[in-house]
Amino acid sequence: MYAQMVKSTGKGVMSRADMSPEDAAFQDRIDAGEKIEPKDWMPEGYRKTLIRQIGQHAHSEIVGQLPEGNWITRAPTLERKAILLAKVQDEAGHGLYLYGAAETLGISRDEMTRMLLDGRMKYSSIFNYPTLTWADMGAVGWLVDGAAIMNQVPLQRTSFGPYSRAMIRICKEESFHQRQGFDIMMKMAKGTPQQKAMAQDALNRFWFPSLMMFGPSDKDSVHSAQSMAWRIKMNTNDELRQKFVDQTVPQADYLGLRVPDENLKWNADKGGYDFSEPDWEEFFEVLKGNGPCNVDRLAARNAAWDNGAWVRDGLMAHAEKKRARKTAAE
Amino acid sequence: MSQDQALAEFLLRMGDNTLILGHRTSEWCGHGPALEEDIALANTALDLIGQTQMWLGLAAEVQGQGKTADDLAFLRDAWEFRNLLLVEMPNGDFGQTLMRQFLFDAWHVLQLRALTSSSDARVAAIAAKAVKEATYHLDRSAETVIGLGDGTEESHARMQAALYYLYPYVGEMFLSDAVDAALVEAGIAPDPASLRAEFDATLARVLGEATLTLPAARRARGGGRDGKMHTEHLGHLLTTMQWMQRAYPGATW
Amino acid sequence: MKTEWPLWEIFIRGQHGLSHRHVGSLHAADAEMAIKNARDVYTRRNEGVSIWVVEAEAITASSPSDKGPMYDPSESKVYRHPSFFDIPDDVGAM
Repeated sequence: MYAQMVKSTGKGVMSRADMSPEDAAFQDRIDAGEKIEPKDWMPEGYRKTLIRQIGQHAHSEIVGQLPEGNWITRAPTLERKAILLAKVQDEAGHGLYLYGAAETLGISRDEMTRMLLDGRMKYSSIFNYPTLTWADMGAVGWLVDGAAIMNQVPLQRTSFGPYSRAMIRICKEESFHQRQGFDIMMKMAKGTPQQKAMAQDALNRFWFPSLMMFGPSDKDSVHSAQSMAWRIKMNTNDELRQKFVDQTVPQADYLGLRVPDENLKWNADKGGYDFSEPDWEEFFEVLKGNGPCNVDRLAARNAAWDNGAWVRDGLMAHAEKKRARKTAAE
Repeated sequence: MSQDQALAEFLLRMGDNTLILGHRTSEWCGHGPALEEDIALANTALDLIGQTQMWLGLAAEVQGQGKTADDLAFLRDAWEFRNLLLVEMPNGDFGQTLMRQFLFDAWHVLQLRALTSSSDARVAAIAAKAVKEATYHLDRSAETVIGLGDGTEESHARMQAALYYLYPYVGEMFLSDAVDAALVEAGIAPDPASLRAEFDATLARVLGEATLTLPAARRARGGGRDGKMHTEHLGHLLTTMQWMQRAYPGATW
Repeated sequence: MKTEWPLWEIFIRGQHGLSHRHVGSLHAADAEMAIKNARDVYTRRNEGVSIWVVEAEAITASSPSDKGPMYDPSESKVYRHPSFFDIPDDVGAM
């Protein structure tokens, strides 16, 4: 998912007996489905976990601009160029909404940005994979946005008000993202043999990294259990991954493409597909910074930040001069 | 030159400007100095791409050879392009990009405003839609040029350098040739030279607020809008932009 | 960056005559720029016809601990709601 392996308090779910009266009242509100708002009392762990999770989500949107942005200047038609540009722009917008939600918790966007740039905060593993052909624009929209939506739809009901409102806005805007990806895949799957081969190649490269987006199984994770009790995580990673596979395999069939997993087969008993686990060693290497594109992605974000400093400072200086002139005139 | 030939040429000039500038602006996506600026630049690029579809679509129609806007965008070579040299200049830093945008917008708004009363209803209709977008572009680019010109010492120096670099390409916007003469005659488009005074007034106002100095006049660089001599930058842009259509001829996407 | 652009809260009124509604926040060096940024960020899908921007620092919010005294008293004034009154069906629309 866009937020992977977010650590909470690390102590597991607090039992009722260990709760202070504030903690208990807070948990009651969450259990009753009430929204927590920024000025409400909240446990420090809740605040910190949320900052980590929303921040990671926001960073993923921003870094996520890069692999697709890589193809804006090479889009094959004017219409495709406009659609792709609008989509990548939406990602910047979604990052902005999410940073805004995190800022209500008492951290600034610049502070979070610096933590991304120096590696203290993470972003989703998926954006460390390269986009090599135009078919990757199809695969990213179809698979990566498809996987993200699995997680984001339930998060609209998350307990923290600003996060929930940001997710509602994001889900509304994002509904076209996955469709445009599938639309690209459909055109290619019905196109020339070369186009079809390109589409298959993209699916081959993006299938397992997409499954990794949900993170490793967390059925025994203490972090996940606490986050679920706080309703800032709504489903287990395995539930979402299963749902994603069940939804995606028939779509691949429709396209006439082959999911690159020899163990994939329908399991009538569980009413879902059996499938191979992704290579979790690769996943942890990517998280550590050793994926195919980690260095380039962070370098691009650092360059944008460093090269933009004079612009941000310049406009700020002008605004201050303007204010001073106005005050002097009064 | 028949009136249709002149019109087709003119439509290429309009559409190639927005195509090339839209492409240049889209290069920024994901690399802007702040999220808000990144998003705003993408909006500008999207407007320009949309205008391109209309201008080149009409150009293809007037040419009457069964081509589409995409054919014109992706299957012509450098010498067939008719955009102003200004818009093919590289992005440089954010200041250079915004200065280029401002200089173009200041002309574009005047041009589109005049075209809203074109004797050709199709041209007038496209202009009516585009002029609203361009008016906002000018608002935004002018305000940013002012902010950065009148910002810090560094931002001022960068904006002054950008203006010095780009100013020789301003003159081309006001050059006239036989195509323009034919269009003026038919009441389709204004005489480019007639837009100069108001353009200069906008420039003087904005650059004044930006505390920037207009460079001494140098010989105007032309050769873009008549296709006689583009810069070396255009070929590289086309190499990127046209890659897919050239590599996979005839495929649909 | 030396100083971060201030945070602005954005309110937008849509086409349908409803009041301005809070849609989110963004950063901008001053109010004019905040309006333009709001136009570019929050009206990409034709959402609005009027924008208000307020520097986040300038907003005074009610405190959650006052929630009881602030809002509960209105709970008992049920007669303020039209559903409080039983009007016979044969009176017609009211």
